[in-house]
Amino acid sequence: MNEAIAIVGAAETTDLGKIPHMSQIQLHADAARNTLADCGLGPGDIDGIATAGESPVNLAHYLGITPAWVDGTSVGGCSFMVHVRHAAAALRAGLCKTVLITHGESGRSRVGRGGFARPAASLSGQFEMPFGPVGPPTLFTLPVMRYLHTYGVTEEQLAQVAVVQRDWAGRNPRAYMRDPISVDDVLGSTMIAWPFRKLMCCLVTDGGGALVLTTADRARDLRRPPVWVLGTGEAVETPMVSQMEDLTSSKAFRLASAQAFGEAGIGPRDVDHLMIYDAFAHLPLYGLEDLGFVGRGEAAAFIGDGHTAPGGRLPLNTNGGGLSYAHSGMYGMYALQESVRQMRGVAPAQIEGANLSVAHGVGGMFAASGTVVMSRELP
Amino acid sequence: MPSRPVPQPTPETQHFWDGTRAGELRLQRCLDCGAIYFPPRPFCPACSSGDVEVFAASGRARLASFVINHRPAPGFEAPYVIALVDLEEGPRMMTNLVGVDPVPEALSVDMPLEVVFEAVSDEIQLPLFRPAGGSAS
Repeated sequence: MNEAIAIVGAAETTDLGKIPHMSQIQLHADAARNTLADCGLGPGDIDGIATAGESPVNLAHYLGITPAWVDGTSVGGCSFMVHVRHAAAALRAGLCKTVLITHGESGRSRVGRGGFARPAASLSGQFEMPFGPVGPPTLFTLPVMRYLHTYGVTEEQLAQVAVVQRDWAGRNPRAYMRDPISVDDVLGSTMIAWPFRKLMCCLVTDGGGALVLTTADRARDLRRPPVWVLGTGEAVETPMVSQMEDLTSSKAFRLASAQAFGEAGIGPRDVDHLMIYDAFAHLPLYGLEDLGFVGRGEAAAFIGDGHTAPGGRLPLNTNGGGLSYAHSGMYGMYALQESVRQMRGVAPAQIEGANLSVAHGVGGMFAASGTVVMSRELP
Repeated sequence: MPSRPVPQPTPETQHFWDGTRAGELRLQRCLDCGAIYFPPRPFCPACSSGDVEVFAASGRARLASFVINHRPAPGFEAPYVIALVDLEEGPRMMTNLVGVDPVPEALSVDMPLEVVFEAVSDEIQLPLFRPAGGSAS
C-alpha cells in the first residue's frame, strides 16, 4: 500500500494582478514564504524543491534552502500538477521528507522575466513560426474551428464559457475581473484571432503560489487539515499544435486524467469540484469531454444549461479561472490553490459538502497535461 | 516591414526546404510500414524504421482549422489567416491562406486548397495554400 501524501501548506502571493514592485523570483519567494507561514514550517524544514519557469537551483539558493531533491520539470502551465505527482513519488521513495513547489511570474509587469522564444532551427521554428502565430492567442486557438465545425458549437456557446466564469469571479474578492458580462459583451469585445475575442482569452497578470507536501505521519502534526493527494497523472503529446492527433480532443488530457482517476479509484461522478485550466474559452469544453464528464460535443450545452455555474451540479473553475481570476502565464498553480481552498472549506465561493476535487492542467498549447485528484478525507 | 520568422534548416529538414525552392512539397514515406509523415526526420515515427524515402506530395489539401489573426505580427499585415491543412497524403501542417479574403464568410472548414510557394529569403520558400483551382501565379 502506498503511503498517503498530503498538501499541508498552500498560499498565493500577497497581491495578485499588478505587482510591479517584485521581480519574478521574488514572486516565487513571496508565495513560498506565505506558504511556509500557512503550515507553520521554516525553510530549514524543506528538503525538496520543485518549480518551473525558474531554475530550482536559483530558487533554493534564493530561499536559503539546501535541498536533497529537486525537480525542474517545465512543461508549461501544468508543470505544477506534474510536480505534485513527482513530489508524491519522491516522498514515498524516501528521497526527501517535505517538498516545496513554487510558481511566480511577472506576466504583466515583466520584471526579471525571461523571454518566450522558439529557435529558428527547431521544428516549431521551421514549420509553425513562419506562418505568424504570435503566441498562445493564435496557437492555442488554432484547433478550435475544427471542434466548432465537428460538433455544431456556436460562437455564442463559446462566449458562454467566459460569462459563467465571470459569474464565479464576482463571488471572489481577489479576482481581477469581477463585473458581470453577457454573451453580447464577449462577442463585442476586441477581435483577437477570429473566432476568439478578448474576453475569451485569459488575463495577463502578475502573481504566484506555492504548495508544501509531505507524508501522512508528518501531515497530521501540522496546523492545517491535510488535503490528501489521492491520484495524479501526467502526459505529453506534441510541442507543435499543428501535429495533434485529433484537433477536437487532447490526447494528453485523456491520458493524464485517466491515470489520475485510476490511481485514485474514482470516476467523473465522484467529483464534487473541478478545475480545468482555462487559458482560453475552449479549454473547459475540451476538458469536460476528455476527462469523461460529458460525451463528445456535449460540453458547450452542459455549460450553457448552467451545470458548471454557481448552484450547478458540477462547480467548475470556482475562483473565476484564468479568464477572470488571474493568469500570469503558467496558471496551473492557481487551479491547485483553489482546489486546496475548496477542500479546506475556505474558498470565497465555497461548495458546501465538497469532498473530492480535481485540478486538471494543460501546458504549451496542448503539449502536456497534468491532473491531481484531492480529497479532504482519506478513503 | 520587418520579415516574418525565417526557418533555419537542419540536416534532417534540408530536403524539405530544397524541395520548396524547387517548387515541390516534399514528404517522407516509410519503406517498411508505409507511413507517410511530417515534419521531417530520418526515421519513421510510426515504426522507428530508418528505411525511409523522400517524395513530392501532390500539393492538394483541405482546410482542417484556422484562425483569422487581428493582432500585429512582424512581416504580416493583419488580418491574416493562419491555417492547419490536411494534405491529401495524410499529414497535417501549419500554413497561411493566400488568394482569399481573410473574413469568416470566405472560409469554410474542409474547403479544398492547393500549395503555392513564396520566397521569404534567398534560401527559403514557404509553402502557402490558396483555394483550389486558383489562377496560376
